Amino acid sequence: MTLSSTLRRAFAGPANIALSLATLSILALILPPLFGWAVTHAVWQGDMETCRAASGACWAFLQAKARFILFAFYPAEQLWRPVLVVMALLVLMILSTLPRLWGKALLTLWPITLLSAWWLMAGSGPLPRVSVNDWGGLPVTLLVWTTCMAFALPTAVLLALARQSRMGGLRSLSVAYIEVMRATPMVAILYFAMLILPMALPNGIILDKIARATIMTALFFTAYLAEVVRGGLQTIPAGQAEAASALGLGYWRTVQLIVLPQALNKVIPGLVNLAIGFLLATSLLAVIGVFDLLNAAKASTTDPAWMGFYDEAYIFAALIYFVLCFGGSRYSLWLERRLQRH
Amino acid sequence: MTLPVTSDGQSPHPFARGKFAALVEWWGPRPWSQIAAILGIAALLLWFGLNVAASLQRAGITPGFGFLFRSANFQIGESTLAFQAGDTYLRAIAVGIVNTLKVAVAGCVLATALGVAIGIGGLSANPILGGLVRFYIEAIRNTPLLLQLFFWIALARNLPGPKQAPGGAGFYLSNRGIFVPALTSASGWLVPVAVVAGLGLAAIVASRFLSRGRGLVWLAAVALSALALSALGVGLDIAHLQGFNIRGGMSLSPEFAALLTALTVKFSASIAEIVRAGILSVPVGQREAARALGLNDWQILRLVVLPQALRVIVPLITSSFLDLAKDSSLAVAIGYPDLVSILNTTANTTGQAIEAVFIMTVSFLALNLSVAALMNRYNTRVALRGQVKR
Repeated sequence: MTLSSTLRRAFAGPANIALSLATLSILALILPPLFGWAVTHAVWQGDMETCRAASGACWAFLQAKARFILFAFYPAEQLWRPVLVVMALLVLMILSTLPRLWGKALLTLWPITLLSAWWLMAGSGPLPRVSVNDWGGLPVTLLVWTTCMAFALPTAVLLALARQSRMGGLRSLSVAYIEVMRATPMVAILYFAMLILPMALPNGIILDKIARATIMTALFFTAYLAEVVRGGLQTIPAGQAEAASALGLGYWRTVQLIVLPQALNKVIPGLVNLAIGFLLATSLLAVIGVFDLLNAAKASTTDPAWMGFYDEAYIFAALIYFVLCFGGSRYSLWLERRLQRH
Repeated sequence: MTLPVTSDGQSPHPFARGKFAALVEWWGPRPWSQIAAILGIAALLLWFGLNVAASLQRAGITPGFGFLFRSANFQIGESTLAFQAGDTYLRAIAVGIVNTLKVAVAGCVLATALGVAIGIGGLSANPILGGLVRFYIEAIRNTPLLLQLFFWIALARNLPGPKQAPGGAGFYLSNRGIFVPALTSASGWLVPVAVVAGLGLAAIVASRFLSRGRGLVWLAAVALSALALSALGVGLDIAHLQGFNIRGGMSLSPEFAALLTALTVKFSASIAEIVRAGILSVPVGQREAARALGLNDWQILRLVVLPQALRVIVPLITSSFLDLAKDSSLAVAIGYPDLVSILNTTANTTGQAIEAVFIMTVSFLALNLSVAALMNRYNTRVALRGQVKR
């Protein structure tokens, strides 16, 4: 769409002209002060005093605190480890977006990468240990998110199959689990992880906060994913499974070779959209005091040397979330069109 | 010639009837593997339960709901029900439920109003308005609700004092609270509400029997209500600056205002998308046909587009409302005393974490099921309308 055709459409007819003028006048009210705050009056270098004296944004704050927002309290001399974790996860995510790479290789690469990522963060053997209390920022958000997805997807497939099966006992169990999980707020699930899970483990076994939250979050996501997978299963006509069993295939072979490939193919865009929602939902870890990206951004505003620059901190964190999620949703749209064509 | 047909046409086996047989059929194939799987899960849960019981014993906590009637020694920042330290935990939880409902209902109403407006704006052919709406929706949808909530609460707590507070016409944004006009009544609320409800009912009944002039009936009802209300001493209390403080009006706490704003903004984006999808689901040909029949824009919207669009919109908006109610639990992150936040305090002061999380889950389950039931009833009405009646 060219600029001239846009302009022609914007000013075609009296109603359109009025709408355009009204919208433009709203923009004229908002944009200049915003531009002044973000650019002309902004402080790019200096300390808290120079920022306090200015009326604009304090980008100097981000220069000073970006490392904290991204990696929180992780020891500076070990910083290459979370950096490597973030890079590895991002690269693997980008590789996973390409349909022609989908296959066994990626399916084995994911668990290996996730296990090595947890090991890199925690450290043992040749790497010095880093306490979980020092983990934080983007690597925690990405690691918890991808680990939960990696656990939840296969479990969700099993749950969806149980919900669709003719086995009444397992079906009821699956329905009860899915409905209770979906009716419960995620905050309640996280409180369960904080308050009750430690009591449910045998005396002497202590799981740290991030591990507990990851387990419960994964169980929570499973219920939502199961419903999307079920939507895919429902589109496969019963005749397909019947034909497969007439050919002598057993249940699991039928599921593996006939039903799942078609069902998953139909719901991949939905799964991607759900995954985006889950990335946003991991920010709730901040409520129970895990230093994920959002909580690190919040904590950065309470540094006595840089007190109260919450606008800048939240804009920085919001941009990271936005790039990941907007990219994801555009990808999902592209994928939907591509899958429809094939 | 007649063929032998079994009465239900389903079960060929003459003895496969009765309750047990029905149960066996419902239970389905692989009965013993199913029982083994369920027993395995039950054993795992039992093991967790035993561990919990042992932990509780070590901590010296007696499980049970007796704590509900003990007195709670904490204050609650804001409550619609009267509450003071020393009241029972039960009352504290009731305060939490009312606070959750308050913010959730207000959020649903405001998010719907804003969402419908934005959704319709996004449908206009005007590229400038359309672009602005797209930007709003993408920016809101692709950032976490909690981040937006942190932003709004930081903003609400850093508002200027009453003297410099921005606002006017009864609305003030100050660090002492957000002031909005309040409805007051000199003679209690029973009579005015009854009068308005009666007039509304009369208007509904009257418009049932009229084929023309329904608008006039409603206009009369509104005018009569306004007259009756002013006669009964119902008025607006408008906030105004007096000395160094703002007097009158209704003051919303920064926490409530921030939570309400965050929920409204976040869910207005999803509702806008739903409205857009619903209206786009009605084929253009229908609108063109209606125009060819001589209907005007308003009639086309009300008689042709909306009845069909609502069929798409209602189920989706229901799940949005449920999500909004669940997400109101983020209140705990900013200290608004909703149900989750009060139950969290309860768990911390009494140690009765299991009971607290149980109440949390059951309350939201009940809320979910009742809203879903309500919206399903509405949905059947909407779904039937416009279909050929047989």
